Amino acid sequence: MKKSIFILTSVCFSLLSYAQESSSKNEKESIEVLGNCNMCKKRIEKAAFSVEGVKYATWDNSSGQLSLIYNGLKTDIDTIEKQIAAIGHDTEHHISTDIAYDGLPACCQYVRKGQEPKPGQITKH
Amino acid sequence: MLYRLLFFFFSFCFVQAQDVFSGTVFGYDKSNPLPGANVYWLATNKGTVTDIDGKFSMQKLPSDSQLVISYVGFTSDTLSIQNSKTIIHILKRVEGANLDEVVVSERKKTSQLSFLSTQSVLNISSDELLKAACCNLSESFETNPAIDVNFDNALTGVKQVKMMGLPSPYLLFTEENIPTIRGASQVYGLSFIPGTWIESLQITKGAGSVINGYESMTGQINSELKKPLTSERLFLNLFRSFEGRNELNVHNKANLSNKLSANLFVHYNERTERVDKNDDKFLDMPLSDQVNILTRFQYLDAEKGWVSFFNVRMLHDNKLFGQTNFIPKTHKNTTAVWGSEMLTKRYETSLKLGYVFPELPYQSFGFQLAYSDHDQQSYYGLRAYDIRHKSMFSNVIFNSILSNTLHKFKTGLQFAYDQYDETVEVQLTNRIDRSVGAFFEYSYDSLERLRMVLGLRFDHHNHIGSFVTPRVHLRYAFTDTSSLRFSMGSGRRVATVFAENQKLFGSGRTILIPALQSHHYGLLPERAWNYGVSYLKGFQIGSIPLNVNLDLFRTSFVNQVVVDWETLGQVSFYNLDGDSYANSLQLGLDTRLFRLIDARFSYKFYDVQVDYVAAKKQKPLQPKQRYFLNLGYVGDYWRADATYHYTGSQRIPATIQHPSGFESNAFGLMNAQITYISKRNFEIYMGGENLTNYKQVQPILSGDQPFSSSFDSSLVYAPVFGRMTYLGLRYNL
Repeated sequence: MKKSIFILTSVCFSLLSYAQESSSKNEKESIEVLGNCNMCKKRIEKAAFSVEGVKYATWDNSSGQLSLIYNGLKTDIDTIEKQIAAIGHDTEHHISTDIAYDGLPACCQYVRKGQEPKPGQITKH
Repeated sequence: MLYRLLFFFFSFCFVQAQDVFSGTVFGYDKSNPLPGANVYWLATNKGTVTDIDGKFSMQKLPSDSQLVISYVGFTSDTLSIQNSKTIIHILKRVEGANLDEVVVSERKKTSQLSFLSTQSVLNISSDELLKAACCNLSESFETNPAIDVNFDNALTGVKQVKMMGLPSPYLLFTEENIPTIRGASQVYGLSFIPGTWIESLQITKGAGSVINGYESMTGQINSELKKPLTSERLFLNLFRSFEGRNELNVHNKANLSNKLSANLFVHYNERTERVDKNDDKFLDMPLSDQVNILTRFQYLDAEKGWVSFFNVRMLHDNKLFGQTNFIPKTHKNTTAVWGSEMLTKRYETSLKLGYVFPELPYQSFGFQLAYSDHDQQSYYGLRAYDIRHKSMFSNVIFNSILSNTLHKFKTGLQFAYDQYDETVEVQLTNRIDRSVGAFFEYSYDSLERLRMVLGLRFDHHNHIGSFVTPRVHLRYAFTDTSSLRFSMGSGRRVATVFAENQKLFGSGRTILIPALQSHHYGLLPERAWNYGVSYLKGFQIGSIPLNVNLDLFRTSFVNQVVVDWETLGQVSFYNLDGDSYANSLQLGLDTRLFRLIDARFSYKFYDVQVDYVAAKKQKPLQPKQRYFLNLGYVGDYWRADATYHYTGSQRIPATIQHPSGFESNAFGLMNAQITYISKRNFEIYMGGENLTNYKQVQPILSGDQPFSSSFDSSLVYAPVFGRMTYLGLRYNL
C-alpha cells in the first residue's frame, strides 16, 4: 500500500516536470489569416499542422485569427505563414499566388485585401 | 434529525456574499468560441476578457445587472442578468449598415446524438431529465430509447435498467467518471441518486473508453452532478404522488470566495401508505424513507489552471415490504406473515484535482480519489442477506499531444480496492478484490472524415490475474450529416452474484452454487467482447429535420456466471459452458414537427441466447421486440411530453401452472407530463405513469404459501403497480 502511494506520487511529479519545458519549445503566436468558412478553417489548420513542430493551431472564423503554439527550435512563424499562403490563404506577411487563390473552393474565395468584393462573393466585414 | 438538518441547511444560506458569474461567448455560431471578447458590467470598471475557449468568469455583486459583451466586427450586446449564474451568448456579425440586431432563435435539443464524436455518445441535458419528473436516476431513462427500464421484482418497486438486452451489471456506471453503482449497490444504487442532482448524462453504447476501467461490457453511463460554480443559488422541489410517495429536494449554494463555491443538496423521500391495488395481499410498493445528503466544494483558479472538487455524501434508506399485514416486531423470523425489511447506510467521499497548463491548453493533469462504505442489512421472510462493501478507487490521468493536437493521448494509472463481507442466510463469506492498472488512449482527428480512438490498458487483479483490455472506436463521416461508427472492445469483471440477484431471496427457490464458502463461490471472472456498428444520417425534408440512426451490437461472452431460473424451485449459478450472446438492433428516428414538437421513435430487436445446462434458450424476461415513441413540447410557459412504450412478449421459465414455461402477453405503457413555467421562478408540474393502468396478472406466485418452495416474486414482466399520478412544484433562484 505504502509502496503504491509512493509510486503514484513519483509518477505525478515526473509528469509535472516533463511538462515544464523551455519557452522556445512552446512559442505562442496569433496571426491574421484570410478565409471565410468552416471549410477554410479545416484547410488553414491542416496547412499549419503540416509544418513539423506545430503543436496547436486553431483558426477562428469570425476574427480571422490563427492561434498557434509551435516548437521554436524546429520551425518559425515565417515557415508556417508561407505554408498557409501556398494553399491560397493570405496571411499577415505572405500573400498567396493568384494561382493558389483561384484554386480555392468557392466558399473560401475571400475578399483579398485592397480589392472590392465581386458580385456574389462572401464578405466578412 | 430532520430539525438538525434544517438548521444546518439554513445556516448554510447566510454565507452568500457575492457570486461568481461565468459563461462562454461564441461568434457567429456555436462552433466558434470567441477568445479575447470584452465582457464587463455596465457603468462599472469591472470586466474581463474571454480565454482561448471563449470562456470567462468574474465576480457579480447584487447591483451588477447589465452585462456588456463586445468584440470588433460584431454587434455589441447588453444583457440583463437577473438570477442566472452562467450564460452562453452568441455575438452576431455587424451586417453592413443594418445594425438592427438579428434574432435567430434556435432551440437546443434536449438529447442529442453527435455526428462528430468518435464514440456513439448520447448526451442528455437536464431539460431532458425534467421530462421524467420523478424521481431518481432509475427513472431518468424512461424517455430514452438507448436504455430499457424493467421491473426487477414484485416486492421492492425497484427498476432495473438494461442496455443491448443485458442487465446493469454489464454496464459501467460512473459519477463524474468515478465508477459507482457496482458491487453491493448494483440493484438499488440507481434509486439512491436523486434526479434533481443530475446536470447531464452521457450514455456511451459499446466498449467505451479504457480510462474508466475494464469493467464495462455493453456501455457506460456517466452522470454529471450539478456543479457548485454553475448551479442555481437555491432550488426547491416538492413532489407528491396520489399513491403515497412524497419527495423533497433542496439545493443550496454558497460562494465562499471568488474561487471557492459550495453546494448542499438534501433529499428526502417516503412512502407511508400500505397499498395493495391488485388484492394479492402483498404490498405493491414498499413502505420506505430515504435521507440523502451531499455537500460538495468546487475550487477554480482559471488563471493558474487549477480546478478541484471535494464531495461528502451520506445516505440512509429504509424499506419494508411483503404481506400487507406484516409488522416486523411481531412477525419477524416467524412463518405467520411473510415480510421483509432492508436498511441501507452509505457514506462516500471523493476528491478530484485537475490542472490545465496555462500556456498549453492541450495539456492537463487529473487526479481522482474516491472512497465508499455501503452497508445493507436485510431479511426476506426467513432468508437473511447482509452485505458490506468498502471500496476505494484512484486514478491519475495525464492528457497531452503527440507532435500536434490532431494526435492526442491520455495516459495514467489506476488503483482499485473492494472489500465485501456478506451473510447469505447463515453463511458468512468475504472477499477482497485489488487491482492496479495502467492505461493509454490515443485519439486521432484527421480534421476530415476519419476520427479514431485506440485504447489499451494493462491490469493486474488479485483474482482475475494479469490481462490486457483493448478498445477501438472509429468514426468515418461521409458528409457533414452522415457518419458511420465502429467499436470493439473487451471487458472483465468479478460478479457479486447475490447482490446482483437479490430478487432470488424473495422466492422459495433453493440456491445452487458451486462453493459458497470460497472467495467467488467457485465462479470464474466474467469476460466478454462487444462489437458494434452504427450509422447516423441527417435529412432535411422541407423545414423538417430528420435524423435516422441504425445500431447493431453484439456482446459475446467468453466466460459468464450463468443465472439459471429454468428449474422450478431452484436458482443455480454456474460457469458458462458453451455460448452466451446478446445481439441487438435499434432503429431510431428523431425529428421536429411543426417547429414545435420533438418526436422520437425507436424500434428495438433483441436476440439474447444462453446455453443453460438443459438447452440453449432466449434469456427469460427479455422481450424480443420493443418500440417507443416520445413527443415533447417546450414553450415559454408550458412544457409537455408523452411517451408510449411497447414491450413484446417475454419468455417466462417454468412455474407450477406452466411446467414448461410460457410466453407473456405483449403490452403498452403510456406516461405523460405537463409543466407550467411561471416567470417568478416557479414551475408546477403534473403527470402520470402507466396511464392505461396495465398490471401483470398474479405477479407473485404461490403468494398464499409464502414459505413454500414455489413462492416466487421474481418473475415480473409488467408493472405490478397500476396507474400513478403526481403533482409537483419547483422553485429556482
